[in-house]
Amino acid sequence: MTALLVVLGAAVGAPLRYVVDRAVRARHESMFPWGTLLVNVAGSALLGFLVALPVGPGWSALLGSGFCGALTTYSTLGYETVRLAEQGAGRHAVASAAANVALGLAAASAGMLTAGALA
Amino acid sequence: MGKEPVDVRVLAAIAAGGAAGALARLAAESLLPAPRGAFPWATFGVNVFGCALIGVLMVLVTEVAARAPRLARPFLGVGVLGGFTTFSTYAVQARDLLTAGAATVAAAYLAGTLAAAVAATWAGMRITRALARR
Repeated sequence: MTALLVVLGAAVGAPLRYVVDRAVRARHESMFPWGTLLVNVAGSALLGFLVALPVGPGWSALLGSGFCGALTTYSTLGYETVRLAEQGAGRHAVASAAANVALGLAAASAGMLTAGALA
Repeated sequence: MGKEPVDVRVLAAIAAGGAAGALARLAAESLLPAPRGAFPWATFGVNVFGCALIGVLMVLVTEVAARAPRLARPFLGVGVLGGFTTFSTYAVQARDLLTAGAATVAAAYLAGTLAAAVAATWAGMRITRALARR
């Protein structure tokens, strides 16, 4: 049952990441990978919120491991960071990696604090 | 870019790949659960391995293959590897380590994953390029 819920959540989270990234690129011409930063920060906030509420194992599998897990990504972050460095945009590479880590951590904390305030 | 309508087949490939990748991540995390306050090795391994594979895949799809199958990148890259690797779990685990008073482990996990992930991506790309030139 857990596996099925993870599959369902991921089957929504992964395409949503693609759609968000496309939408961001269409509106905002920039080398900086804003789309990845956006999904990683949003997914970290939502997962922090869910973990701190806390939600039951079913919701955790569907929305946590499945949806948030697939909405957010490390592989794209890694690839975009190396590509930016290869293209001579080392500053963008460092800024993107640092922003993902710092804002992702802050978003997870904010999600947890929000859940704590509501509970 | 991105002005044309979203291709439903691309979305379906990403959904299927993402589901498969997330299942593999779930398997890794249940094989090696991280006790509270300990370094989350399973998620670390998933993210670093997934980065090595994206390096291999992206070089194959964008540089080596004359005509890569159209759905290869959406299915394997955006889907499988995107669903396999995760940032949200990483961020929440780091926050949990800080809450548990394991600040050194949290810092090592945050910086260690980032460094290893970027190095693995780079290595995956370099090795694939080197092999493709032979």
